[in-house]
Amino acid sequence: MNSAGHTPQDLNALLCAVGAKDRAAFEQLFKHFAPRVKSYILRLGSTDAAAEEIAQEVLVNVWRKAELYDPSRAAASTWIFTIARNLRIDTFRKENRPALDPNDPALVPDAPTPADILVEQNQISERIRQALMEMPDEQREVVHMSFFEDRTHAEISKLLAIPLGTVKSRIRLAFIRLKTSLDDSKKESEQ
Amino acid sequence: MSIHHHPDDELLMSYAAGNLPEAWSLLVATHAALCPQCRSGVGAAECVGGALLDSEAQAPVSNSALAATLERIDVLSDRAPAPGAVVETGNPVFPQPLRGYAGGDIDTLRWRPLGRNARHIPLVKGPDGISARLLKISAGKPVPVHGHNGLELTMVLSGSFVDGDQRFARGDVETADETLEHRPEAEPGADCICLAVTDAPLRFRGVVARLVQPWVGI
Repeated sequence: MNSAGHTPQDLNALLCAVGAKDRAAFEQLFKHFAPRVKSYILRLGSTDAAAEEIAQEVLVNVWRKAELYDPSRAAASTWIFTIARNLRIDTFRKENRPALDPNDPALVPDAPTPADILVEQNQISERIRQALMEMPDEQREVVHMSFFEDRTHAEISKLLAIPLGTVKSRIRLAFIRLKTSLDDSKKESEQ
Repeated sequence: MSIHHHPDDELLMSYAAGNLPEAWSLLVATHAALCPQCRSGVGAAECVGGALLDSEAQAPVSNSALAATLERIDVLSDRAPAPGAVVETGNPVFPQPLRGYAGGDIDTLRWRPLGRNARHIPLVKGPDGISARLLKISAGKPVPVHGHNGLELTMVLSGSFVDGDQRFARGDVETADETLEHRPEAEPGADCICLAVTDAPLRFRGVVARLVQPWVGI
């Protein structure tokens, strides 16, 4: 189903082109992401037809919002994940997902990063992918259930028959690994 | 401004994954607006979502799906202008998303009485008894001694409070659970305004507080 394999750099470039309303780029992005987003939605117990409808809706949102996409802040797959996640919450949870507004005057800005240590987002994504792979199975399992099966930590605790405290500590340990690999890639690009 | 007390990493991960209930999410997002460190933590966790999406299996979409989607974006392009960000000015005390939930900034609110030294405004009453509210504690005054039947997170927006030997100022988040009984006290000089989220009713020691508790729903 998927067309030729795209590198993360390709995907970022495609998403930027979609931001400039490039339809051909959008078609390629659709072919890459629609089956993945549909699979993500299917995991939540949705019917095939509903999952396909939501995948389309996600890609329509990608088209609408692509001009706000900034490749220096997030990889395309991460950015599209957040759109799919938010739509999933709107659709299945019927509740709001409070989110900060990056243009809010009350927002405390990041410490300025000198241009020469700007971290390649793709490098970060690669690091995160690696950290996920190197994680002990028990940590990867809870992370996956949390991100891709929409299970709260209490639900994971019941399903795996382990105490809630154990779920939380596995999540925390996984998070520390992720942050460490992120900090490492930042340090690397400073050198 | 430097923040010393942050929400648990586990909450940041849940927020990024998209399965943190609304009231907790309101607190995490409001804290992240004031705390670049936790904002970057949420960003790191979202990278996990991206990485998992990349390696996700692919569910075949129907042959007509692309054409149907292109038709939808054509309709959009014909009428809707691009989603231009509304840039607000001024210097609000409440960051977004809190300002939206409160219906305005700190000086436009209608507080309701809550015991002797406090006022409040309920913001979110979720299923499972998870609720978010704004609290205003009068300058220099304590709130009654209370314990917790669940988790309570309190984030300072204005003023400050002390609890035991710890001090909480703008952006700081205090985490209290079943094991903690406490009597936070606003520091003198200014009322302390907080965003408080709980997933179970508090346990007050005093009789009066216990009597009014069901009425105010805290």
